[in-house]
Amino acid sequence: MLRLPRLDVATPTDLDTALALLATPGARLVAGGTDILPNLKHRLGEPPLLVSLAQITRLRDIIEEPQAGVLRIGAGVTLTQTSEHARVRALFPSLAVAAGQVASPLIRNMGTLGGNVNLDTRCRYVNQTDFWRSAIGGCLKSGGTVCHVVPGGRNCVAALSSDCVPVLMSLGASLVMRSPNGTREVPVADYFVADGLRNTVRNDDEITTEIRVPLPTMPRRTAYTKWSVRQSIDFPLLSVALRFDLEHDRVSAALTDVRVVVGVLGARPREVTRLEELRGRAFNDPEVIKAVAERVHAQCKPLENVPYEAPYRREMLPVHVRRAIAALVAAG
Amino acid sequence: MSTPVHATLVQLRVNDREHAIAVEPHRTLLEVLRYQLDLIGSKQGCDKGDCGACTVQIDGVPQLACLTLAVAVAGRQVTTVEGLGQRVGGCHPLQDAFDRHDAAQCGFCTPGILMSAEALLRRVGRPVEGAEVREALAGNLCRCTGYTKIIDAVIDASRVMHGGVAGA
Ligand SMILES: Cc1cc2nc3c(=O)[nH]c(=O)nc-3n(C[C@H](O)[C@H](O)[C@H](O)COP(=O)(O)OP(=O)(O)OC[C@H]3O[C@@H](n4cnc5c(N)ncnc54)[C@H](O)[C@@H]3O)c2cc1C
Ligand code: SF4
Repeated sequence: MLRLPRLDVATPTDLDTALALLATPGARLVAGGTDILPNLKHRLGEPPLLVSLAQITRLRDIIEEPQAGVLRIGAGVTLTQTSEHARVRALFPSLAVAAGQVASPLIRNMGTLGGNVNLDTRCRYVNQTDFWRSAIGGCLKSGGTVCHVVPGGRNCVAALSSDCVPVLMSLGASLVMRSPNGTREVPVADYFVADGLRNTVRNDDEITTEIRVPLPTMPRRTAYTKWSVRQSIDFPLLSVALRFDLEHDRVSAALTDVRVVVGVLGARPREVTRLEELRGRAFNDPEVIKAVAERVHAQCKPLENVPYEAPYRREMLPVHVRRAIAALVAAG
Repeated sequence: MSTPVHATLVQLRVNDREHAIAVEPHRTLLEVLRYQLDLIGSKQGCDKGDCGACTVQIDGVPQLACLTLAVAVAGRQVTTVEGLGQRVGGCHPLQDAFDRHDAAQCGFCTPGILMSAEALLRRVGRPVEGAEVREALAGNLCRCTGYTKIIDAVIDASRVMHGGVAGA
């Protein structure tokens, strides 16, 4: 039995009331509750007030705006809705796949895209009961003074574990952040920072209201590849979002851009660099698979922050990348 | 915590019955169902979203009662395993098929599985395939059966519900 700490819950029906309530010192937001409630049951925080977004229907729309060139997904849209939505599937198949691979069908019925973007970082030494953690004296992220992943480290490297974030970053998405002072739009690529204690630039008074994904302007192929121990329920132990922009709508066409974003390393997603060298090559050129896999392997160094040994995860990264690209090429 | 937190009166609709009930805000729907309404069919397993034993339906959609704040479901339709037979005025075809196929061993996961399975059958509206059942039950762990008998039972129930003859 895991009890929540004593706290108050507010269930506002509009955004302005939610923003006003969020001004309460220490208040936290809860959307689907599938991340924050287990964490609170584990006593990772004891906020006096939870402001629930569940009753704010305005956050649950998916709107396509061809003039503005974006698909606007409300932060309160569930992962099930994201993965099943006809336009999301047609325009952003890798996003539909990623959302459809989060946890289990039950959790996807509850969990929201806004919650997935704001998911707390995870670590094998912190996502445990209070009792378990007390046996090792806690860590930087849970009332202690040391890091068990990087001994001597002063910086928490808990893992960005969201399935959708690497994909959203590869698609050039941005987040609309609302506060009592106004609204700002932050590219997903700029939203995350390398600090496991707090891995986003979100201010305490801000609510993510929507996720904006630019509509594709040229033919492309995208994929999301996740590896976890079981094919359901588990968080990713490896996750890679891939995007190949093409001159024409066929796999023999020349690449105009390549983007690869890797999750579950440290606290922020990593965009793989030096991929512009592949521009101009045919997508189905076997050299492309080799080059992308090599760069991923060279640039991405998993840590012992989630289960499974880091060296094994590192060796498996290029394997999953090669398989994902080969599948895209084979699909035509 | 120094903040005084009071119970609030919440209107809960469970298995088509209205309950006006005093709920402390930090209580989960599962705690309220089991310890305040005495509906102990929904099981408290891992209590953190891994096992699915607490699965109930909220407005017909299967969700985890252990990760649902009770005050947040005020005014919505909650259905627990106790309400399953009620809908068909007796024993639900799924319950009958689980009995015939011995799909429950220790029985702890059964209520949650029934709630996920019922939502699948209602959504699909025709006899189901094994792959669909496996996907729909992917959030409900069973440590006894190895799932085979559960999947057989769900497929069987879906056939019975569409005019087929009961197997096993
Ligand atoms: C067993 C289990 C397995 C899981 N497996 C996976 C997995 O494989 N992949 C994965 O990605 N996730 C996984 N999760 C985590 C979680 O279910 C998802 O990330 C989900 O999308 C979180 O959404 P939520 O609405 O439930 O978030 P909540 O728990 O409600 O919120 C999560 C965080 O985001 C903040 N937040 C929520 N909404 C907003 C908003 N609009 N603006 C600003 N901040 C906000 C909250 O304050 C909180 O800090 C798993 C969870 C469990 C319990
Ligand atoms: S990375 Fe280190 S400090 Fe951060 S949660 Fe893990 S053990 Fe704690």
